[in-house]
Amino acid sequence: MGMPVTLEIALVKEADPFDQVFAYFKDVDERFSPYKKTSELSLLNDGKLKEPDYSADMREVLELCSETKRISGGFFDIVKSNGRLDPSGLVKGWAINHAANLLRSMGYDNFCLEAGGDIQTSGQNEDGHPWSIGIRNPFNIEQIVKVVELSDRAIATSGTYIRGEHIYNPLAGYVRPAGIKSLSVIGLNIFEADRFATAAFAMGPDEGLAFISALPEMQAYLIGDDQSVTFTKGFEAYVA
Amino acid sequence: MKKFVIGIAVIGIYLIYSIGIRHTNPILPIPSSLANAKTKSSGSGSTTAAATSSSTTSGSSSSASGSSSAASSQSSSKPSSGKYKDGTYTGATENAYYGNVQVSVVVSGGRISDVKFLQYPNSHSTSVYINQQAMPYLKQETLQAQSANVQSITGATFTSYAFIQSLHSALAKA
Repeated sequence: MGMPVTLEIALVKEADPFDQVFAYFKDVDERFSPYKKTSELSLLNDGKLKEPDYSADMREVLELCSETKRISGGFFDIVKSNGRLDPSGLVKGWAINHAANLLRSMGYDNFCLEAGGDIQTSGQNEDGHPWSIGIRNPFNIEQIVKVVELSDRAIATSGTYIRGEHIYNPLAGYVRPAGIKSLSVIGLNIFEADRFATAAFAMGPDEGLAFISALPEMQAYLIGDDQSVTFTKGFEAYVA
Repeated sequence: MKKFVIGIAVIGIYLIYSIGIRHTNPILPIPSSLANAKTKSSGSGSTTAAATSSSTTSGSSSSASGSSSAASSQSSSKPSSGKYKDGTYTGATENAYYGNVQVSVVVSGGRISDVKFLQYPNSHSTSVYINQQAMPYLKQETLQAQSANVQSITGATFTSYAFIQSLHSALAKA
C-alpha cells in the first residue's frame, strides 16, 4: 500500500473517527506491504511464515484473490513474474471497504473515503448533494476529464502507471495490455469495483468493457491509448 | 336499469379476477435455479434483448428498463451498506462486436462470489476501432478536459502519487 489516504465526513459528531480510520490503514499497510521487510506478506514471501501461522486477514485476502482469479478467467493473478505474491490489486479496495464499514459502525453515513485513487462514497456531502468525483486525465495529470456524482457508490481506476508492466495475461504472459490507458469502474462498493477494474484492465478494452458491462450494478469509463473514450451506457446516469 | 347494474357488477368482478390472475400467474416461467433471482440487464440499452431481462421475481418495480433507471431506483431503495443483494443474476446477452457475451452472476454474503460465462466469444479482436452501431451497450465521446469543483479524484495510483509529490515539491518552493 503506502499510499495517501483522504477522508471527508459531512458532519463529524463526536470523538475523532479520523484517527481510527487512519490507524486501520496503517495496520493494513504493516501487514500487506510488499515493500516492508517485516510485513506479514514479506515474511510469507520469504518463506519465514508458514500457512498455519497466517493471520485471519491474510487468509481472507488470499482466498478472495483466488476467487477473483477464478471469476476473471485467470486475468486477475497475484503471482508476480518473480514468483512472489502481491495482492495489492485487491487489498486496497478490501481495506477501503472495511474502513467504510468501520465508519458506518461508528454512525457515520455521509462520507467520501479515498485511498490511492480509489473512492468509496456514502450518503451525501455537506451541501446535501451526491459527492462529486473527478476522473483524472491519464495523459495530463493536472486535468480532470469527467465528473461523476456518486452516492453510496464507489469508483476505482486501473491505469498503466501502476500496473502496466506487470499485468499478467493468462493467454499471453506478462504484457502491457494494448489499448487501455485508464479504466474507471463504478460499483456499489469499492471492493468489487477495484478488483474487477484490475481484472478488466488486464483483459484489454474489448473483453474488459464487456466483462464490466455484464456485472450487476457496474459501469465503466475507458480511456484508450489513442485518447479515445468509450463507456458503458449506464455510466451516463452518474455524469454530473 | 337492473340489467345495467348487473352488467357493471360482472365487468367489475371480471376486472378484479383478471388483476388477481396477473399476480398469481407470471407471464414467463422462471427456472428454479433463478427462484430468488432478480434479473438485470446491466449497462444495456434498448437493443439488448433476451427473455431473461423481462422477468423479475421480486415485488419491486420492473428491472428490465435501462440501467440508468435501475441505478436510480436502487439508490433510493437501498440502505448505505454498499452490499449487493444476494441471489443469482443473469445478464442480458451483450452484443459486443466481436461476439456475444452473457454472464450469470452469483451474489452471496453481499459480494460477487461467482461469474459464469454463458456466452463468450472465442476470438480475440485485434481491432482498436469500435463500431458503435455494433456495440449497443457502449458509447463514445471525445476526451475533454473539464474544470470543476470536485471533492475527490480517481486515477491510477502512481499518477496520484506523482501529483502529491509534485504538489509537495511545488509547496517546498513556495
